[in-house]
Amino acid sequence: MPGGSRWRQYGASFVLVLVAWQVMSYFFPPFLVPSVPRVAAQAWRILTERDTLLHAGATFARILGGLSLSFVVGFGLGLWMALYRPAADLLLPIIHVIQGVPSLSWVIIAVIWFRDMESRALFVLLASGLPNFAIQIHDAVRDISRELWEMVQALRPTRSQMLRHMVLPAIVPEVFTAWKVNLGIATRVVIIAELVGSTFGIGYQLRLSQDLFNMAAVVAWTLALVLFAVLGEQALAELERRLLRWRPALGR
Amino acid sequence: MPYIAFDGVSKVYRSGAREVAAVRDLSFSLERGERVAIVGETGCGKSTTISLLLGLTAATSGRVEVEGVDVYAHFDRLRGRVAAVFQTDRLLPWKTALANVRLPVEILGRREAELPVTPAQWLARLGLAGVEDAYPHELSGGMRQRVAIARALVSEPDLILCDEAFGHLDEVTATTLRREFLALTTGSGRTLLCITHSIEEAFVLGQRVLVMRRPGQVAAEFAVPPDASPTLLAGLRARVLETMAAVKQTAAVDA
Repeated sequence: MPGGSRWRQYGASFVLVLVAWQVMSYFFPPFLVPSVPRVAAQAWRILTERDTLLHAGATFARILGGLSLSFVVGFGLGLWMALYRPAADLLLPIIHVIQGVPSLSWVIIAVIWFRDMESRALFVLLASGLPNFAIQIHDAVRDISRELWEMVQALRPTRSQMLRHMVLPAIVPEVFTAWKVNLGIATRVVIIAELVGSTFGIGYQLRLSQDLFNMAAVVAWTLALVLFAVLGEQALAELERRLLRWRPALGR
Repeated sequence: MPYIAFDGVSKVYRSGAREVAAVRDLSFSLERGERVAIVGETGCGKSTTISLLLGLTAATSGRVEVEGVDVYAHFDRLRGRVAAVFQTDRLLPWKTALANVRLPVEILGRREAELPVTPAQWLARLGLAGVEDAYPHELSGGMRQRVAIARALVSEPDLILCDEAFGHLDEVTATTLRREFLALTTGSGRTLLCITHSIEEAFVLGQRVLVMRRPGQVAAEFAVPPDASPTLLAGLRARVLETMAAVKQTAAVDA
């Protein structure tokens, strides 16, 4: 679907939801279903007040910073395990166990272990993101076409040439997929961490709004998170489109 | 000393308690500059022979040597000296046609200016001038295989291995490409070992034809005289077919 048409589809869906929401607000009190103008006013406040922008910025910075670090370490680990079997035999079982721990458990552990919010956020992001990236990169390398691998191997490349010409380009599609998946997970994890143990950030603002029964603010902050997710996905999609122009388009 | 020597080579694959011999006690040799074709039914060990010669897999027993050097134990000694064209083009999808042809040159660390024929010139020789910047998915099957051939020849290898290189192309394209490939590789002193399931192709590409039987053994050998008459080739073809039929019957009885 061409880009402009896609945005029109998004817009149409959004308007439909707004209309449905406004109709609902006529049947429920504002602390349950605030009207669209009330939500819009809260959203405007978030976007224009320095204080709220700082809260939003803190959350987004935690997500991107923690996710980036998870990616760097997870990528290296996944690559190492894929190319060196003994590392995989030793580490993969441990990583799978860590991956199986619920995010909420990591949040509670982080609250007990660390006093400052930044350490807590970084810890939960590493605990939840790093294993995912490591496994996704490991699997991506292992899934590289054996035929292509043999063809390049027959040329007797050095290890760095093999990485540069074969391994790294081959796994770029999976890297983008990993980022798209983990961005959503990281957002949820950070919000939960901020809900439970922070005095700064969107999660804290959501908790504050809940305590004050300010449903309009809850919806507005949630929309801010949705906007972040959509913009993040669009940025990844654009980067993917540029870097993967060698890939044939699917469908008509 | 022969240029290529397979000496009592076996390759056995183990999966749990199960063992499958892809090649058993394979022995044959090629002299430098010789062109040899190997024919045999599917699964008789032809492609495993290529993998062994490329040094991509170790023989379970026996020795695979090029100029007296074990190709697996001394993997890097053949760097820049051997090239392969496979049944599928195996072009890297993220590289353009030109970048694919450049790959061996970059791996060898050579400068294009030093090459007798540059990658772009190889593409032009193979009728691909103008598609240098096309990605593999934008090319037809025949065009992709031409790029693969250009990639194989760009580093001026001493030894060229073909593993059913024309097998998946239509007859017209295969015939044309085969002729071009032969024109580009004969008279250059290069050694050529081609795997094919086509007897006609074996006669075109090889000065000698080996008939392989399971599991990867030479059942018979035929010399293809240069400028052989159609009658002679027909007779040779019949003998090769007879051999292959006899091999198949023996295999069925043994089973």
